[in-house]
Amino acid sequence: MKLDTSGFETSVPTIGFGSSSDMLDELSSVPSFDLPHTKEFDGFQKKAVDMLKHAKGTTTLAFIFKGGVMVAADSRASMGGYISSQSVKKIIEINPYMLGTMAGGAADCQFWHRNLGIKCRLHELANKRRISVSGASKLLANMLYSYRGMGLSVGTMIAGWDETGPGLYYVDNEGGRLKGDRFSVGSGSPYAYGVLDSGYKYEMSVEEASELARRSIYHATFRDGASGGVASVYHVGPEGWTKLSGDDVGELHYHYYPVPPAIAEQVMEEATTE
Amino acid sequence: MTKQHANWSPYDNNGGTCVAIAGSDYCVIAADTRMSTGYSILSRDYSKIHKLADKAVLSSSGFQADVKALQKVLKSRHLIYQHQHNKQMSCPAMAQLLSNTLYFKRFFPYYAFNVLGGLDEEGKGCVFTYDAVGSYERVGYGAQGSGSTLIMPFLDNQLKSPSPLLLPKQDSNTPLSEAEAVDLVKTVFASATERDIYTGDKLEIMILKADGIKTELMDLRKD
Repeated sequence: MKLDTSGFETSVPTIGFGSSSDMLDELSSVPSFDLPHTKEFDGFQKKAVDMLKHAKGTTTLAFIFKGGVMVAADSRASMGGYISSQSVKKIIEINPYMLGTMAGGAADCQFWHRNLGIKCRLHELANKRRISVSGASKLLANMLYSYRGMGLSVGTMIAGWDETGPGLYYVDNEGGRLKGDRFSVGSGSPYAYGVLDSGYKYEMSVEEASELARRSIYHATFRDGASGGVASVYHVGPEGWTKLSGDDVGELHYHYYPVPPAIAEQVMEEATTE
Repeated sequence: MTKQHANWSPYDNNGGTCVAIAGSDYCVIAADTRMSTGYSILSRDYSKIHKLADKAVLSSSGFQADVKALQKVLKSRHLIYQHQHNKQMSCPAMAQLLSNTLYFKRFFPYYAFNVLGGLDEEGKGCVFTYDAVGSYERVGYGAQGSGSTLIMPFLDNQLKSPSPLLLPKQDSNTPLSEAEAVDLVKTVFASATERDIYTGDKLEIMILKADGIKTELMDLRKD
């Protein structure tokens, strides 16, 4: 198996299960990946990932508009085909004026967001001023970059309001960091983008924006099996964030598409009141 | 030529199921006492429930050697906390400590599926469920282990509480009385034992209240 080792970092610690550093005599002097000794390399990787990678599959979105930043997410956590929880908090409150969204590995996102919150607080104490959204997202991106290739799974958006106004950054486990106005992350994101992009106008009011965000999450949960639970919507304004709504998506369905009572039921109703 | 190495895994699964239910002023933590490896039973009398603090009890299924190691770490951290703060750790504090301890070994995880039960600062029951690397969530009830997929749907049916994410906020603690919760746990384990080969032998139930902990033992099918 010929693998491209040009980008390989020799400082990556080895975590082998039963693998040793001299797998092949010819390669013992050349840096190489520690590979498991199995006949089925592909299958092994998938099994290893499946055994310990938990809670992925999600829909999160955030966008900037005239009134600030709107952040929304579903609340389902799945382990393979099993729904491990319908009430996961995917919008993490880093501090009173900054939010982070969670997509990918639940433990990775929870831990690194908590860590980011600590770093932001230390920055405030050291510099006597709040950290900017750009700064916070940079801290997180740099941290994740140093763990690149080690299997972390984080796809997060940092949304907040600082001195320059509303800010929104997308940060992922590759160490990528993008500034933007509209993002959706997760397995349900294509569906959310469809609804979000078609309804988006910068001049929306807060009510219109929150309804658009809620609707986008609802549509994503409708079509994506890995998304569901409760659609939470947060608004980040100049005074900080507030939670605007939390609705069960099952009930939202009947709210958007009410079922007219069948004629037979109406007749039954009349009969019982006599 | 590839060297042939023995395929050795540092992990093993000792099976078993753990359940916890939070009430208004109590918490019920239960686990079966069967410890197995593959198709063999290692012990019919192995306790998977461990008291970490007065108000926090941990129940873990998975690889019991990792569970033992995890407990040791938590016990020593708790002792240090008691020396520094002159009080026992509260359940929410222990919950976060457990999460951080699990994440600390993110790249060589503890193969332990945990349910932490106890009483929070207000005296209400609380249950926290975890995955193997430390993501955690406070819930009204939880099940982990080999029988969890059999038990969770039934608990959802009986105890489904409004999600804590809903706005306006609704209380998520179960309206059951302590006796009803214990009865529910016994029913649920009896059913799981029927269909899960790794669950059985005996059921150990711990009921945590403000005035202390009570333990009950019930027989389950041994086949």
